Amino acid sequence: MTTLAQPLATTADYGAWAAIRLAAQRDLKLALRSRAELGVQLLFYVIVVSLFPLASSPERTLLATMAPGILWVAALLAALLSLPRLFGSDYNDGSLEQLAMSPYPLPALVSGKMLAHWLTTGLPMVALAPLLALQYGLDAELVIIVTLSLLVGTPILSLIGGIGAALTLGVRGGGSLLALLVLPLFIPVLIFGAGAADAVRAGLSASANFSLLGAGLLVALVGAPLAGAAAVRIALD
Amino acid sequence: MNLYQLSSPSTFYPVAGRVAPWFAGAAAILGVVGLWIAFAIAPTDFQQGEVYRIIFIHVPSAWMSMFVYLVMAFWGAMALAFNTRLSSMMAQSLAPTGALMTFIALWTGALWGRPTWGTYWAWDARMTSELILLFLYFGVIALRNAIDDPRRADRACALLSIVGAVNVPIIYFSVKWWNTLHQGASVSLTAAPKMAATMLTGMLVLALAAWFYTIAVALWRVQAIILERERGAAWIRSMRGMKAATT
Amino acid sequence: MLEAQDLAARRGHSTLFSGVSFRLAQGRVLTLTGPNGSGKTTLLRILAGLTAPWSGHVRWQDQAVSPFAPRIRQDALLAGHVPGLKDELTAAENLEIQCALAGQPAPASNVRAALEAVALGAAHALPAGVLSQGQRRRVSLARLMLVQRPLWLLDEPATALDTAGLALLARLVGAHVVAGGIVVATTHQALDLPAERMTALALG
Repeated sequence: MTTLAQPLATTADYGAWAAIRLAAQRDLKLALRSRAELGVQLLFYVIVVSLFPLASSPERTLLATMAPGILWVAALLAALLSLPRLFGSDYNDGSLEQLAMSPYPLPALVSGKMLAHWLTTGLPMVALAPLLALQYGLDAELVIIVTLSLLVGTPILSLIGGIGAALTLGVRGGGSLLALLVLPLFIPVLIFGAGAADAVRAGLSASANFSLLGAGLLVALVGAPLAGAAAVRIALD
Repeated sequence: MNLYQLSSPSTFYPVAGRVAPWFAGAAAILGVVGLWIAFAIAPTDFQQGEVYRIIFIHVPSAWMSMFVYLVMAFWGAMALAFNTRLSSMMAQSLAPTGALMTFIALWTGALWGRPTWGTYWAWDARMTSELILLFLYFGVIALRNAIDDPRRADRACALLSIVGAVNVPIIYFSVKWWNTLHQGASVSLTAAPKMAATMLTGMLVLALAAWFYTIAVALWRVQAIILERERGAAWIRSMRGMKAATT
Repeated sequence: MLEAQDLAARRGHSTLFSGVSFRLAQGRVLTLTGPNGSGKTTLLRILAGLTAPWSGHVRWQDQAVSPFAPRIRQDALLAGHVPGLKDELTAAENLEIQCALAGQPAPASNVRAALEAVALGAAHALPAGVLSQGQRRRVSLARLMLVQRPLWLLDEPATALDTAGLALLARLVGAHVVAGGIVVATTHQALDLPAERMTALALG
């Protein structure tokens, strides 16, 4: 038998923060190795946003009115496209089973994965949003509002979408079924998120929208990892 | 017979068969009474004329659509907590009826909206949330159909309906949060109702009718689900043997 | 001490197995044999706490094992049918992450040494996607060296291994039980181990 160079270490407790960090680092490392896939998803977002003026009319005021909604819907669709990847690859190669067998709390591992998902899909969309909003001729103030709404809202997409992704692992009709399950849950986020810019445009304050989005984010931060872990266990059963 | 025994599908099956017709009968009677109040007794509305009478169908079905979803999520939670098959079967049997109630609410809402607000559809919070609820029902039904393993389907649908149940309070309180076309909640448990007493009675009677209808249909449907899912069991085989002897 | 009492499992409407009971003391190996589809993998997953049995109980160290109970996750190592390697990462990186997730982070030197021991020293920097089935199976053998767990649950560990690999597997299992561990393995092939430590259970 080989003797190992150094004695084996053991962590005494399996804390949640360590689990989040481990899972997020793992997924980020994996994502960076498939940079092309991330680039394609971001490109999808840009293309969808650019489709709407081509489908309707390039008239400036109309575009400016539609812009927040379009940016939000495109973000939703791009998120849907990327969600199967959240657990799908791990499920297929057997590493999801290993994650479930880890002594670390599974909800913490799941939230680490959701965090990495947002960092690689949601955050780039938020970063691109100001550029795309300029393309639609939005005022600077509205550009800021839309970007902020996406900043608060896209994590919710990763969190809630992750639950749907776990529920539909290995199930027939995966992608479309995922959309059917997750889009209704997304709709309140869409309404409050896109509505923020509309409120400001109408001269009202967007504070209600942001409060509700923030509350939704807090609820999702607590609930989605638990539901996602339960869904993963159901899928592995 | 205590409750634990009742949680076995084989024990529950005959009980459901005996109880369901009573609920169906009660629903029919209440339905007739409620419709009579709605169309014959209740006075004509000051502003909206006769067309407002559709509220007697719209409001009870909207209440039921939300209530059934919560009950479905409750049975899902029971199934996850106690691992009982019958709880999942009850949730499975409620979903189609809940979807039907939601559909009726949306349809009657649109028919009411046309003469009242001039449009079949208005994207206000309440109607939009009801539409979302319909999609949630479709999602639960679709997920159940997509998963082959009955146990996994039970648990996945239970989890999904619990997650979706967060949406139901948002629907109910959305009227308070938003300035919308929808009239404010006219019936509340705490505030005094704003409509005439006869209108309130009619709606409550029809709501009760819808509730009993749902129970009856759910019990009949769960019988079919039990037969399908327990089909290898000895008690079913012997029951069918008995049936063959009597027909 | 691993104990199974009257376990039964179902798939859909049919029963896979029923009435499975055994008691494994420390230092023993249980081999599960049976035709394809007889439920060997299912039984292993029930012992691992990934899935609940239709009826019956599992007890580990005198505590009941319920699905995903923390105790079994801390004490068991499950080597699944599929090795669970990420194609994009190298063998070394895969092992590092697996050890970290098992709560036993391995320094790089240990990982190198383990890979050398399974004759993958030269391939340690290759992405796992280009490794052959046999090489992937060897990486999971390396994991057995790096992660300390009293209970090993191995699903078809001998698949795709050549004679040298099989000998290594036998050595690892042998050393593990001598040190007081317990091994449950599903296998089609006989493992070269002292007979007094072996128990066999045939399903189906």
